Amino acid sequence: MKTICLYFQVHQPWRLKTYRFFNIGKDHNYLDDLTNRAIMQKIARECYLPMNALLLKLIKENKGAFRVSFSLTGNAVEQFKLYAPEVLDSFRELVKTGCVELLAETYSHSLAALSSKEDFVEQVKAHTAMLKKEFGVKPKAFRNTELIYSDEIGTMVGELGFKTMLAEGAKHVLGWKSPNLVYASAGDQSLRLLLRNYKLSDDIAFRFSNQGWDEYPLTADKYAAWLSESDGEVVNLFMDYETFGEHQKASTGIFDFVKNLPKAVLQRGDLQFATVSETAAAHQPVAVIHCPHVMSWADEERDVTAWLGNDLQNEAFGKLYEMKDKVRSLKSDDFNYVWNFMQTSDHFYYMATKWLSDGDVHSYFNPYGSSYEAFMNYMNVLSDFQIEVEKALEAKKAARKTKKA
Amino acid sequence: MRVLMFGWEFPPHIAGGLGTACYGMTRGLARNGVDVTFVMPHASGDEDQRFVDVVNASDVETVFGKVSNDSADIIEKMSFIHIDSNLVPYLSPEDYESYHDEFVKTGEKRWETSDVWSQRYTFSGKYGANLLEEVARYAIVAAQVAKDLDGQFDVIHAHDWLTYFAGIAAKRVSGKPLVVHMHATEFDRSGENINTQTYAIERAGMHAADRVIAVSNLTRNIIINRYGVPAEKVVAVHNAVRFADKNAPLPERGVKDKIVTFLGRITFQKGPDYFVEAAAKVLKRCPNARFVMAGSGDMMNHVIRRVARLGIADRFHFTGFLRGDDVNKMFQLSDVFVMPSVSEPFGIAPLEAMRENVPVIISKQSGVAEVLDYAIKVDYWDVDAMADAIYGLVNYPALSKMFSEKGLEEVTNLKWNDAASKIKRVYEDAIASVK
Repeated sequence: MKTICLYFQVHQPWRLKTYRFFNIGKDHNYLDDLTNRAIMQKIARECYLPMNALLLKLIKENKGAFRVSFSLTGNAVEQFKLYAPEVLDSFRELVKTGCVELLAETYSHSLAALSSKEDFVEQVKAHTAMLKKEFGVKPKAFRNTELIYSDEIGTMVGELGFKTMLAEGAKHVLGWKSPNLVYASAGDQSLRLLLRNYKLSDDIAFRFSNQGWDEYPLTADKYAAWLSESDGEVVNLFMDYETFGEHQKASTGIFDFVKNLPKAVLQRGDLQFATVSETAAAHQPVAVIHCPHVMSWADEERDVTAWLGNDLQNEAFGKLYEMKDKVRSLKSDDFNYVWNFMQTSDHFYYMATKWLSDGDVHSYFNPYGSSYEAFMNYMNVLSDFQIEVEKALEAKKAARKTKKA
Repeated sequence: MRVLMFGWEFPPHIAGGLGTACYGMTRGLARNGVDVTFVMPHASGDEDQRFVDVVNASDVETVFGKVSNDSADIIEKMSFIHIDSNLVPYLSPEDYESYHDEFVKTGEKRWETSDVWSQRYTFSGKYGANLLEEVARYAIVAAQVAKDLDGQFDVIHAHDWLTYFAGIAAKRVSGKPLVVHMHATEFDRSGENINTQTYAIERAGMHAADRVIAVSNLTRNIIINRYGVPAEKVVAVHNAVRFADKNAPLPERGVKDKIVTFLGRITFQKGPDYFVEAAAKVLKRCPNARFVMAGSGDMMNHVIRRVARLGIADRFHFTGFLRGDDVNKMFQLSDVFVMPSVSEPFGIAPLEAMRENVPVIISKQSGVAEVLDYAIKVDYWDVDAMADAIYGLVNYPALSKMFSEKGLEEVTNLKWNDAASKIKRVYEDAIASVK
């Protein structure tokens, strides 16, 4: 019996408003409320709500045989609560069926794993606390931002008590090995790795509506046949949840495809659905994967140069995490809130200069005209945040002094 | 005395130093009893098919509202003629070509140039296919204007190379003397890699002219040495600065740190990279300063990358191009103004900064250095000296107080009235030389 593991990533960044030099020191509202609301409500209407309703229907029809996994970033959940509470309700309903597993990740879809262990642990704990509060669940499996993974990150994730982690089935790491088996991490051999089958995942996420593709149109039956024919014991299909209705519009027939998929898969007899943790538990790891260098699921290179690949990104990243001790010592919810959304990887993604072949994805929902604009705006906001943090620290010091006296 | 002037539209429409200078100069001339017929290109696009458009002085918008508000003198002394053309100052043949290509390809008719003054740029099928064609077309219309106005002017005055052909044409038609005004040379704009067509027009204009006005001795020397113009024909008249009648309230300061400003086009000519290197040196020793680069231009991305690499991006801010009031606001928020120009024929920005009580550091390679005593002067390439000067002005209040007070006094004495009376004398010379 081959296991099909469907996992969807749900994330929306808090987009910054146009924040000019003249605002520094005076204006501490950094977010573009209008754009954030408009985008969230548009995606809720076109993707989250119809797709959640469809999945709920399919789960009920198949009586436990159809199972999926999600991870929702803290940023996305914050925006649900503010702009589209019905989306959060529909996710809660999905979780309640028992056929949906929620994964842990970083709270802000951040690159904290690349900064330090301390920053990473803080982000993961914040996210786990959020899952507990909003959904009442304790996650057992972990997925890092953009499937960023290395042996070192595997060690940290293992120490945090997770049993399973997702990663990219990157060719340069796997070599001749198949992504369709369960592996163990070299950083912590008790941590099981599920590797994304990027060919079959991207058939849905990128190629589904491409009329120039020789397999167009893709039907559920054809796709189920490919799943059967593939080698190995598992097929890990990981993709952005916005694929359904947003990247692939409803008019492409993506919802019909999803509607027919469970039946097409289950009637073959040799395939079953399982959540991430169930998939990892159902199969023995066949080998240890060594990954000394950081990889991700992004771009052709499957590395992290989309976020930390040029001087602008490195400077912004460095300047941000320079502040961590100061922000932490404040122990203030207001400052932590800003601290969290400033860490979101999307801000760094907008500063990427490696446009050419991957320009399409990079420019999706990018509010800036150029990477330089993105950088200027981010640094202006960060400068004001620095000033505010310093002010708060001084006020705290002064308060302590008067207390002593 | 009556002058036919080929100039540029007044602010706020377009400008940079050129429009500002034209405005101050014509006001000064009016006060000196000179009648000005002011001819300027004005792109109407497709809506307006008129070739030449004569308007009242009171219909011309300026920076401070309509001319009529405070300028009874100027209205009596001036009339305006719009020639329908899409010429704007600082346009290079390369820029024009790229706009034209876009226009042909996309049919789009309007652009905003990316310099700090953000001028609007209009295109339509009736304008020349390249800049030189448009310059020639403008000259033909100018000749017609000169013929129509025959006997109504004594001297012709043309500003910047784009109008030189117009000036030459008007001179041939009317037989009146021609004065050309060099606000910048091709060597200032492009270093040694000059555009030879532009150079040729500048040279032709100056050789055809009876007198050449240079905005500084620096520019005068370039004209004599590199364009082969006889020294006795070239006169330096420094620009001045105009004081606004009413002062807007000062903007509120957001940050406590001292603000060091660069304001101008971010191009080779303005030396932005020296400012960045100096900033990095200053920040090493005094972290309580912030640097602002206001404006945009073809070197902007290069400068941003350099700032990121130096690791000073949280203390070095970019504003993008500033419009209208924001330019003044930026001056008012500054504690030090730096103009590190590699080559600056005059440079009006430091005067505007001094007008707002801001101490200035200017490069020795700028024309304005000739008229200012209360400005710190450094070689543009000497980033150590520049850093020293910035450090001093930021950290020693006595020094910055001295420069700001004495500087205001000094700049107050640079009056357009005086510059205009010098220009009037040049007109008289030119007329005498023809007779």
